[in-house]
Amino acid sequence: MVRRRFVALIALSAALFAADLSEAAETGPRVQETVLQNGLKVLVVEEPKAPVITVQIWYKVGSRNEIMGRAGLSHMLEHMMFKGTKKYAKGEFSKIIKKNGGNDNAFTSQDYTAYFENLAADKLELALEMESDRLQGLLLDDNEFQLEREVVKEERRLRTEDNPQAYLVEQMFAQAFMEHPYHWPIIGWFNDLNAMTREDLKQHYERYYVPNNATLVIVGDVKNEAVVSLAKQYFERLPKGAPPTSPEIIDPVQRGERRVIVKRAAQLPFLYFGYKVPNFMSTDVHALAVLENVLSSGKSSRLYDTLVYRKKIALAVGASYSELSANPELYTFYAIVKPGAKIEEVEQSLLAEIERIKKEGPTDKEIQKAKNQVEAKHMFEQDSIFRQAMLLGTAETVGAGWQYIADYVKRLREVTKEDVKRVARRYFQEDTRTVGILIPVPPTAEATPVAGGTP
Amino acid sequence: MTRIAAAVVIVLVLAQASFAADIKPVRIVTPNNMIVLIVDQPSLPIVTVNVLVKAGAVHDPDALAGLAYMTAGMLDEGTKTRSAAQIAQQIEFIGGELATQGAQDFSTVTLRVLKKDVDLGLTILSDILMNPIFAEKDVARVRGELMGQLQGEKDEPGVIAIKAFDEIVFQGNPYRRAANGTEKTVPKITRNDLVQFHHTYYRPNRTIVAIVGDIREHEALDVVRKHFGKWTKKDGVPSTFSPAVPLQQPKLKLIDKDLTQANVILGHLGIDRKNPDFYAVSVMNYILGGGGFSSRLVNRIRDQKGLAYDVDSGFQANVMPGPFTVQLQTRNAAANQAIASVVEEMKRIRTEPVSDQELADAKAYLIGSFPLRLDTTGKLAALLTLVELHGLGLSYFEDYPKAIRAVTKEDVLRVAEQYLHPDVYALVVVAKQSEAKINPEMVLGKP
Repeated sequence: MVRRRFVALIALSAALFAADLSEAAETGPRVQETVLQNGLKVLVVEEPKAPVITVQIWYKVGSRNEIMGRAGLSHMLEHMMFKGTKKYAKGEFSKIIKKNGGNDNAFTSQDYTAYFENLAADKLELALEMESDRLQGLLLDDNEFQLEREVVKEERRLRTEDNPQAYLVEQMFAQAFMEHPYHWPIIGWFNDLNAMTREDLKQHYERYYVPNNATLVIVGDVKNEAVVSLAKQYFERLPKGAPPTSPEIIDPVQRGERRVIVKRAAQLPFLYFGYKVPNFMSTDVHALAVLENVLSSGKSSRLYDTLVYRKKIALAVGASYSELSANPELYTFYAIVKPGAKIEEVEQSLLAEIERIKKEGPTDKEIQKAKNQVEAKHMFEQDSIFRQAMLLGTAETVGAGWQYIADYVKRLREVTKEDVKRVARRYFQEDTRTVGILIPVPPTAEATPVAGGTP
Repeated sequence: MTRIAAAVVIVLVLAQASFAADIKPVRIVTPNNMIVLIVDQPSLPIVTVNVLVKAGAVHDPDALAGLAYMTAGMLDEGTKTRSAAQIAQQIEFIGGELATQGAQDFSTVTLRVLKKDVDLGLTILSDILMNPIFAEKDVARVRGELMGQLQGEKDEPGVIAIKAFDEIVFQGNPYRRAANGTEKTVPKITRNDLVQFHHTYYRPNRTIVAIVGDIREHEALDVVRKHFGKWTKKDGVPSTFSPAVPLQQPKLKLIDKDLTQANVILGHLGIDRKNPDFYAVSVMNYILGGGGFSSRLVNRIRDQKGLAYDVDSGFQANVMPGPFTVQLQTRNAAANQAIASVVEEMKRIRTEPVSDQELADAKAYLIGSFPLRLDTTGKLAALLTLVELHGLGLSYFEDYPKAIRAVTKEDVLRVAEQYLHPDVYALVVVAKQSEAKINPEMVLGKP
């Protein structure tokens, strides 16, 4: 009785708060867009709360733009972007940013390659000058490439080869996508890394690193006019390139569940599976996002409650979906099996939760919670200028457009219980599922000391 | 050219110093001796609360290593009036974020909520800090999860290496124990242990609360008074520990695992945060291996030789002297060569002064990037609690740039000599040893 009342109170206050939050949540980042004559798009958000900025340049090129036999080319090129231009020698880029009190780095995904500098607001010009310099002036020295290839191979060893779970994820994607380039890993296979040449890199660079294939995103303590004026000064001299074409590869329809098993020395069984789902192009994506929240966001989510709290068979469990991909991707689930539990039982429990939401849909309270979480998260994300710029850059680069972020909360608020049930039924189909399972086998060498002591 | 660069640096330093100096936290000591730090930042309707309790793993009995970590982990697993599920449900329903973490010197609870939810957020935050129940059935479940986590860590070569390293370097000191315990100690932790630990160490006079965001000083104080006012203090908890015994000779530990890379940790005892040499050490370490692509270690091991994706060095300046470590991963066969290069660089920075350029660049980075460490409510709240913990004073945001600016080349050389020991260090290598073929002559730099 007391408990019921309490729940009702929460629901009531949620309704009240939803009203007063909506205005603030919808304000969101105030984006100003300018397109330069050479096609470079400039997005600015004036955010004066601290005298710092993030400068990010996003190129529409990632592992999806590679061809078979050259997996990892975009990521390798990202590494080479730090290896010198005619103006700035190898390593100078980062050194100059650092001595100006900034941090810089880069990241590559299936769909994009992005470079960033986080620094004091009065260093804007420096960052723009240097980014414009390497947009078209890269040396691509062959000796440097030979060295950097070894560094990337170390990166692959670190991230994938010696990490059983990451290894399984890679294997699962290679099964889920047969013809589409999402088949291969962003970092590339060893064989492809070894086969790569400077000429491959040069072609990739010349084709994709053109102003009309890039978006400059700047968030922080700046004025739009100042940014646009400097962007023109440094970038407009760069000629527009031939518009790079995107691969139009559609993976054939999957006709039946696929399973991939990895047996290797590991401590805990690990389950990772995915369903084929649409990207931002579909009107179903907001319902899919709510579905993701209901299933896996936080300790009050269905998966955590069932597998960790009640059945106690998983150490961790979750689901992940992002519609911000250039081509349709996967809605994935994972679970780390608790010692003593059976992986079969974990898989069955996860699938049972999926079947349950397909049959019953979510409750009113779950829907409201999901919406509250998304709205709060939207606000929290604006606390970080880097995070704001990342979201805008991602949305713009995959083709959704930055307005997608601004409209997100509004769209999400329109999702109904029936929508969530419908998309669960539509996309969580056994026949389009790919299941990866890591089965630990005894190690060839135990993690115990074999030697040591003091000479 | 050099002149222009110098002018630019000075302008930058002034601009940054003024921003950092603008951060003026309000500090209040409550009647029950809790320290509250408030920074009013109204730019977004959110509030971040960072609570630090001096209830860290340093207080664990040896036989119950993991006790502080498990206590922190169980704060949100049920209170006198709320079940674990209710806590999660209530905080998540409003889109709030609540997290607990046990570390060596302290445990933390962090809360992030929209401004309108501050009262509800603090209601739950104070409840889990003051009234956790440690129900038997939840203790059993969480103990099982922790055992699973410990087992899973055996797949992480970096974790295996650091745990082995700490055992060697912190002989006689609590830091030698892993905060999350071992497979031997965790099963022994009972409900009673957790209740007692909480009763002893979770007290307002051991607690620092930082509140940052869209909240006025009086509002913050009101919620603190309302929710923490009845928390009773308890004095007389011992908090001194025997110091670590420095190594007398180099120590090598090889751990065999079927890996493609050798995971290397090399290092020794470092400094505590109160050490006045902290700033000179920061500059020195930046040049050696803390400065990413600007550091000597990355330049030599990654950029010149392609031996590693990542190599870095660092001093963890804790309440007591923490570790100095150099960490890297390289293909098994290259381990000897990479380690030898690390030792050479440690020796070089102790014997030759750094260049004027290196010194200027390091200082410009550390001062110039200081605002980047304060640019979200979460980063600022976390840093505030540490400033208070280490007694650095409310003028820290002005003092830090000044202290860095004052470091000289002579300071760098002096602290390198004093705090780096390229002859007496611990070296842990987790690798496929049959391929790494570690050569003790080569990796234990001869005196």
